[in-house]
Amino acid sequence: MAHHIDVTDLNIYYGDFLAVENVNISIPARSVTAFIGPSGCGKSTFLRSLNRMHEEIKGAHVDGKVIANGQDLYASTVDPVDVRRQIGMVFQRPNPFPTMSIAQNVLAGPRLNSKRMKKSTADDIVEKSLTRAGLWNEVKDRLGRPGSGLSGGQQQRLCIARAIAVEPDVLLMDEPCSALDPISTSVIEDLIHELKTDYTIAIVTHNMQQAARVSDRTAFFNLNGVGQPGRLIEHGPTELVFSNPSEAATEAYIQGRFG
Amino acid sequence: MSKTIQRPGDTIFRGLAQSAAFVILVTLAAVALFLTAKGIPGITADADQVKHGTTFATFVIPLVFGTLWAALLALVFATPIAIGVALFISHYAPRRLSGPIGYVIDLLAAVPSVVFGAWGMMTLAPAMQGPYAWLEENLGFIPLFAGPASSTGRTMLTAALVLAIMILPIMTALCREIFLQTPRLNEEAALALGATRWEMVRMSVFPHAKSGIISAAMLSLGRALGETMAVAMVLSASGIITFNVISSTNPSTIAANIALSFNEASGLTVNALIATGLVLFVITFAVNFAARLLIGSPKRAKGAKK
Repeated sequence: MAHHIDVTDLNIYYGDFLAVENVNISIPARSVTAFIGPSGCGKSTFLRSLNRMHEEIKGAHVDGKVIANGQDLYASTVDPVDVRRQIGMVFQRPNPFPTMSIAQNVLAGPRLNSKRMKKSTADDIVEKSLTRAGLWNEVKDRLGRPGSGLSGGQQQRLCIARAIAVEPDVLLMDEPCSALDPISTSVIEDLIHELKTDYTIAIVTHNMQQAARVSDRTAFFNLNGVGQPGRLIEHGPTELVFSNPSEAATEAYIQGRFG
Repeated sequence: MSKTIQRPGDTIFRGLAQSAAFVILVTLAAVALFLTAKGIPGITADADQVKHGTTFATFVIPLVFGTLWAALLALVFATPIAIGVALFISHYAPRRLSGPIGYVIDLLAAVPSVVFGAWGMMTLAPAMQGPYAWLEENLGFIPLFAGPASSTGRTMLTAALVLAIMILPIMTALCREIFLQTPRLNEEAALALGATRWEMVRMSVFPHAKSGIISAAMLSLGRALGETMAVAMVLSASGIITFNVISSTNPSTIAANIALSFNEASGLTVNALIATGLVLFVITFAVNFAARLLIGSPKRAKGAKK
């Protein structure tokens, strides 16, 4: 199920503007890789390029290779829609579909593939996904209520349930806790810990403590100045990057001297 | 505590703005008063005192029917096209195309209705004769197309098509604005699940825009109800009630009927015509009021179903 992702010589452009330059990284399966770095360093852009979501901005394109499950995601025969079904995404702000119920939100993805689903199958998917996202016990009596009526942390877990309901190989998380309170954040972090037994997880975070808590590996992005492309400075096991970084910039950022 | 300083500029501008708002209300009240005062003798007039030779109710009911029927048909034609064009502009077209298309649609709104009327009468109506004959022959079992097909093409269907084109610009503009307001978050949620563009539109744009589309339709309906010249020129009317849309006998609309009959009217007939205007006033008022209610209603369905 989970696959590792190999990125080679990836350059990401918005039109003519080079946003992220020459990234080489391997994201191992069944582990959590955190992307950290100051604002504008391209970590979110890079994350979005892993399931081709950044292409929703007009003029965005890449060169280089992103290989998951032996397949180059940017090969001309690959449809971005299929990529996104294999590589799910959770966003910065919880975004359940406002007019859908909790159950409908979970089923939104699976229903794209099979329009006619048996009720028992649908119920199974709802229960399994919500249980996996640690939300089942809180919402099992109100599956028909709107998803937007939940608290922020619950909504974010609903979004995680929705993302894993399509059984992706990889989960991308773009600052999933930055809109949440500390208690909800801690719940989501525990959840990330549990999910990595089944999924390859990549998470962007502004919060270095969070990166240290949840990730197995850390990648530090930086940029030389405004208008310059972001670059991957270094990556490695999280303990190593935090205790003994090989680059001066990484050390400075981790110690809070900039960013 | 110091007293708020009154600046002369503020006082003057406030007075101007206030009186402008007041003028609108006074105008509306004056129109309503005029219609009521002049209309009531027409409503109470006996059948032999007016040119149409019937009681007011018998006179006005076919007109009300024709007005609503023409506007409704126009709405049925215009709504899917407006939604399609708006969606193309907001979510499909590349930026260098969407601008000009939106501009051309807005230009349509600037074409005077008499031009649409002339076009409908001289170009569209003759062109529709063939299709109407075909409809009568092949779909005549449906009461709408029972025929006999009009030999001039100046039918209810032609009038409704012209009306549809005329309400298209406002409807497209309103729908486009609503579609553009779809939260990016919801669109991304759908796309990240592997939705195609159309699936994304169905999952996030339409649910968000539903109440907006309905109110856009209602506002357009208000326009179609009151349209005069185009209908007056295109429709060959005979004051009956029929759902048959391709025959040469059609109900007229209130506005078109006033325009066509007013010059030759005298005495209580004029009052009766003004009374029909009052009826139209009430209908359009009700439609716009309903639209306002819908716009004001909360966007999200409170009790989403499972």
